[in-house]
Amino acid sequence: MSPPIRFEMRRRTFLVGTASAVVAANIPWRANAQPTSLAGPERSTFTLVVNGEPRELAVDNRTTLLDALREHLQLTGTKKGCDHGQCGACTVNVNGERINSCLSLAVMHQGDEVTTIEGLGTPQQLDPMQQAFFDHDGFQCGYCTPGQICSAKAVLEEIRDNVPSHVTQDLTARIEATDEEIRERMSGNICRCGAYANILEAIHQAAGEPT
Amino acid sequence: MDFNQPADQNLFDRATVVGKPHARIDGLLKVTGTAPYAYERHDVVAGQLYGYPVGSAIAKGRIVAIDADAARSAPGVRGVVTTLDIEPLGIWNYNVARLFGGDVVEHYQQAIAVVVAETFEQARAAAALIETTYERDAIDVDLEAGWQRMQGTGEPSTQVGDVDAAFDSAAVTLDQMYHTPSQTHAMMEPHASIVDWSDGGQMTVWTSSQMIEWNRQALATTFGIEPDRIRVESPYIGGGFGGKLWLRADAVLAAIGSRALGAPVRLALPRPFMINNTTHRSATIQRIRLAAGADGKLTAIDHEAASHTLPGGRGENATAQTPYFYAAPNRRVIHHLVEMHLPEASDMRAPGEASGLMALEIAMDEMAEKLEMDPVEFRILNDTQVNPSDPSIPFSERHFVECLREGADRFGWADRNTTPGGRREGMWWIGHGMAGAYRGHLNLKSGARATLSNGRVIIETDMTDIGTGSYTILAQTAAETMGLPMGRVEVRLGNSAWPVSSGSGGQFGAASSTAGVYAACVALREQIAERLGVSDPEFSDGNVVAGDNVTPLSAITEELSAEDSINFGGFQTEDYLMATFGAHFVEVAVHVATGETRVRRMLAVCDSGRILNPITARSQVIGGMVMGTGGALSEELAVDLEHGFFANHDLAGYEVAVHADIPHQEVVFLDTVDGVATPLKAKGVGELGVCGVAAAIANAAYNATGVRVRDYPVTLDRMIDQLPAV
Repeated sequence: MSPPIRFEMRRRTFLVGTASAVVAANIPWRANAQPTSLAGPERSTFTLVVNGEPRELAVDNRTTLLDALREHLQLTGTKKGCDHGQCGACTVNVNGERINSCLSLAVMHQGDEVTTIEGLGTPQQLDPMQQAFFDHDGFQCGYCTPGQICSAKAVLEEIRDNVPSHVTQDLTARIEATDEEIRERMSGNICRCGAYANILEAIHQAAGEPT
Repeated sequence: MDFNQPADQNLFDRATVVGKPHARIDGLLKVTGTAPYAYERHDVVAGQLYGYPVGSAIAKGRIVAIDADAARSAPGVRGVVTTLDIEPLGIWNYNVARLFGGDVVEHYQQAIAVVVAETFEQARAAAALIETTYERDAIDVDLEAGWQRMQGTGEPSTQVGDVDAAFDSAAVTLDQMYHTPSQTHAMMEPHASIVDWSDGGQMTVWTSSQMIEWNRQALATTFGIEPDRIRVESPYIGGGFGGKLWLRADAVLAAIGSRALGAPVRLALPRPFMINNTTHRSATIQRIRLAAGADGKLTAIDHEAASHTLPGGRGENATAQTPYFYAAPNRRVIHHLVEMHLPEASDMRAPGEASGLMALEIAMDEMAEKLEMDPVEFRILNDTQVNPSDPSIPFSERHFVECLREGADRFGWADRNTTPGGRREGMWWIGHGMAGAYRGHLNLKSGARATLSNGRVIIETDMTDIGTGSYTILAQTAAETMGLPMGRVEVRLGNSAWPVSSGSGGQFGAASSTAGVYAACVALREQIAERLGVSDPEFSDGNVVAGDNVTPLSAITEELSAEDSINFGGFQTEDYLMATFGAHFVEVAVHVATGETRVRRMLAVCDSGRILNPITARSQVIGGMVMGTGGALSEELAVDLEHGFFANHDLAGYEVAVHADIPHQEVVFLDTVDGVATPLKAKGVGELGVCGVAAAIANAAYNATGVRVRDYPVTLDRMIDQLPAV
């Protein structure tokens, strides 16, 4: 468990709404960006186990796991859609759980097992979930797709492990991979092309495959 | 190839590949994360630096000073270029605000500086150190006030008959106001570019653009250089929806950074920056008046709308469909452009109709109710096969009535409860609604090169695939025309080195670019025939067949290449009106206590020419229905009236539909071929899917509860105080 992060909200000057601002035409007006300061070592060296392979990294401490993958390891299958944990395009699997890799600093993952879309399959040998997305046209532009696929695999595992969701009605019964459960659990992965109905069909197909 | 008259019977009427379901040929790359998008091109050029943008913190005014000293001396920073460092850049035809240069601020988060550093983290941190001093001008971002000013003024764009007299004598009339909010494309891949302009000579741009040639021309105009010195590549695009039609700040800032530092620069617009820095769909205010006889026939349609724009822009013309969609002898249509100081309003999926039908199709529902008619029958009664504003012009094909009847039949429309608030299931009011869909069809000239090489055909064109399925349908077109299996066709897209195509936008891409590939393949066939010394051969099963003379294409060892374009003749717009039609049916549940609306079932029936690939076409339509659901229930850019920007400028605050919002969706294509449109008899379908959906949902919510919401999105706060007592 990571320690809670302490931070202080600093309102940027331009957000301090005052009535005078409306009539302040032609008055020199200043917007101060939040200053940054760095304390301690700025870079760290550590090892990630990415798709089964140990990869040593020496990166700026501010580097997210997402950027470590995309920019430093050049594993660009994991996508940056928002960089703020709002879209799910950067979903990867870390130590058996799906996370938004943009919300996690790479330096926090010393020794962690990271599985990305590249670790699931290749065009010549697809993972069953990749095959299911292909079969059901579960994508259009393809940009959210790796995140959807990584999430979808984890969703089925979470259901098999009987991890309840917001829509689980009976916490004592075995959870089934129903439409409602899948939709709820996939809702952190936005697809602006709107392939949701096809993705649902794909996940059902993959759910029927032996694991 | 000139297309100067409607297509007669041709090979596409006996097609074996075109029109058949075929999985996307780019699909394996996309499901494995190996399709390279703009910001991922580590391989194309060595020594790429990272750029990070800085945007204006005011909506309008002048920059007095930018202090970039701290940024320039920050760790890893290689350079900073501010907008004060360079002369104002040129502005290309379809851009409104200047993308960079000079001290004038036209909108919030207009780019004012670019920081270039060795890493992304360094560039981002240094960008936050830049301090800017502004002179701030007063702003006007109040669309409602603009509407009040302009309502009743101006020259109508369409005026037929005597609207006022028709209203005076009508048995039934409707006069209502509707509001649609500003919307943002919110495509999943941010605007991103890598630009190498290191030596100031050749500029190479790896970007995410729907329109390669427009991008190239815009770069040339912006920087005042010859287009021949620019090459643009965009083979994979993570969504666009109109937001990537134009050159934007990502490519401009990367180019400036590259030029300044003599190294290639990569730059992606941060998500919270995109909504105010790039374009959006303008909000609209619409007044719709309908008049009808007691028989239900419309006698007059009066549609007046307003949208906002920066000075010189186009706004969102919500009246786009009103001259054409329904019959009525008297008609007045006018759209007011209200100049405001919000970011640049521009095209988003089905610009015009998407917003216009959100209002018009509620009005039609309300009018049907006033007339005590079924809303499906009311629309059927007011169908027209000619342009109602100019009855000498017929629609090339129009099967709107079939869409309505087929949809009603499949949906079980006849079995619905017709009394608003009359059906409850547990904690939910259940309602059904429908709406018509209309979207104009347009073709653009489109070119391609077809090359025969070792029995395979390679198609090269600057056409783009923004998720629409261009790779696949172009391969199908080439396979059909050359008589080859799909596996022997390769399609290369999105490179300005290749022939100029229509590009992707305005739902013109599929129809135009497949016709262009057909033209190139016909030219290649002629070359092959000449090479073999045969006349008018058939191309089938991989062979060239001329009488008893059968030559496998694979036996031609010489590489043959042909280039051609499809040029669409004036007859299409002079003699016909081309459009696409649809009908949407939805079932919603509205929570009896909270007013939360959930969509439970959706059906669309589409009339949009030959469907080139039912898999990719269906995905386009369900995607439109998803976007329409967001538009109905959650999407709204909130304007900060004091500071003039969109406050909810990220994907947490701007709520698009997610998995949990979308039910089972059914799509039916009537597959009505349209020989006027193209040799393949195809029309666009990508924007039709979003048209009318939101109104169908709003109408269903009314049927469920009896609460008529005319202002989008239909959120619970707009219903809760009027819900039936429980």
